[in-house]
Amino acid sequence: MITRRHLLETAGAGAALAMSGLNSSLAKAAGVPLTPGVPDGVASIATMATLPGKKPLIQLADRPPNYEAPLEYLRTPITPNDQFFVRYHLADIPNVDAKTYKITVGGDGANGTAELTLDDLKKLPAVEVVAVNQCSGNRRGLSKPHVAGVEWGYGAMGCARWKGAKLKDVLDKAGLKKEAIEIFFAGADGPSFDKTPDFVKSIPVWKAVDDSTIVAYEMNGQPLPHWNGFPARIVVPGWTGTYWMKHVTAINALTKPLADFWMNPAYRIPVGKFPIRDRFLSQENATTTPITEMVVNSLITSHRDGDKVKVGKVTVSGQAWDGGYGIRSVEVSTDGGKTWTSAKLGDDLGRYAFRPWTFELSAKRGKNTVMVNATNKLGQAQVSELIFNGAGYHNNVMQNIALTAG
Amino acid sequence: MTMRTLVFAIIAAAIVFPASAQDRPIQLKKAPGVDKVEANCQACHTLAYIPMNSPFLNAAGWDAEVTKMIKAYGAPIDDDDAKAIADYLKKNYGI
Repeated sequence: MITRRHLLETAGAGAALAMSGLNSSLAKAAGVPLTPGVPDGVASIATMATLPGKKPLIQLADRPPNYEAPLEYLRTPITPNDQFFVRYHLADIPNVDAKTYKITVGGDGANGTAELTLDDLKKLPAVEVVAVNQCSGNRRGLSKPHVAGVEWGYGAMGCARWKGAKLKDVLDKAGLKKEAIEIFFAGADGPSFDKTPDFVKSIPVWKAVDDSTIVAYEMNGQPLPHWNGFPARIVVPGWTGTYWMKHVTAINALTKPLADFWMNPAYRIPVGKFPIRDRFLSQENATTTPITEMVVNSLITSHRDGDKVKVGKVTVSGQAWDGGYGIRSVEVSTDGGKTWTSAKLGDDLGRYAFRPWTFELSAKRGKNTVMVNATNKLGQAQVSELIFNGAGYHNNVMQNIALTAG
Repeated sequence: MTMRTLVFAIIAAAIVFPASAQDRPIQLKKAPGVDKVEANCQACHTLAYIPMNSPFLNAAGWDAEVTKMIKAYGAPIDDDDAKAIADYLKKNYGI
């Protein structure tokens, strides 16, 4: 295990310089654009801050780094790398050297073992997928009642074009036994303290061998940013970010369910409460099941609740996404949900991507409301009432913002 | 190698990412027990997690958080300190 002491010894004086540089680059903004509804205490600690290689993000925590994107960064269907949110559980995050980087492949569910360098990974047939990476806890801060955790607003998500090798092809290097049921991932980052469980995850074999599940080494045509998993991370399109292991160093096939804090009790939802099709049965028990696919959702990115607009035509726009079935329609109501009109859908970058939408509002003098509801190709739609759960996951309550025209 | 990739390579070589950046200072409320909170909690994470999770946890909620840090995350906090920390959190950041 990589300890802090080890890192400090190996990183040396350069790291000390960089540390002071990072500290001085923290830029306090007068007003941090927090999502309305997060706990009051968030305002006392949130600040706009700039990590190396990033534009300013909303810093909720600097150690471990947890930074969300302000609404403005989510206006394009592809989120630029320097605007992409950052989320870590544990605070020891090494600067991985691409030259010595290796992924080990094995486990009791594999026929053998293999080691892949970054070059080995790049020699495998490359695939690209545009996919939303959304933290399981995105919008946790909006839970009513509030629940403990990182109190994210709307911005713990982004959508990128990921390029890499199929996880299936990587697993073939070691060979999967037919008894394998889960594929385990570990990354180079670890805890500050040895007794803290290292962040490890698993996914079912059927999801691991899906052609869209990849070991990505490029994000939007560039190497992955350090803060988003350089040099390679797992990409599990449709599923929440918890499975998208950053700085991945170990991929193991397992014949038994992974028994670990991060699989249970962490990252669980109540059985039967959400309309989930992708279930992770080897990890499911009578009351809880791992979070898997994202629920259908949308976000207004052009305006914030309470914004002032001009009387007349106002273009309201945003993104819609789901767990990979694809967006069928986005509907908008300007009368609190009594009547609905279809928004215009933008470019379709694939079923795992943000689907942009626009709606022409005829703003009347005074207060106008805009309510949005996305429906996916399974016919699943957003909810009007929060489906409460203790971890604050899967909040896809329809937004209903007010715009004042004058 | 083009000029652009050369420049990129030089910049990339110059950047050393910090293993653990010095925390942005977070001023917690001055009250009995704050010294125990500062001495223990920030061994693993920023103190920002405390105000961020306020004010909505009741006494049982803060007890559960302190217990989770010790039992699930392995924080080496003795019983006396754990009680002082929980009391501080309940009184200053609870409901």
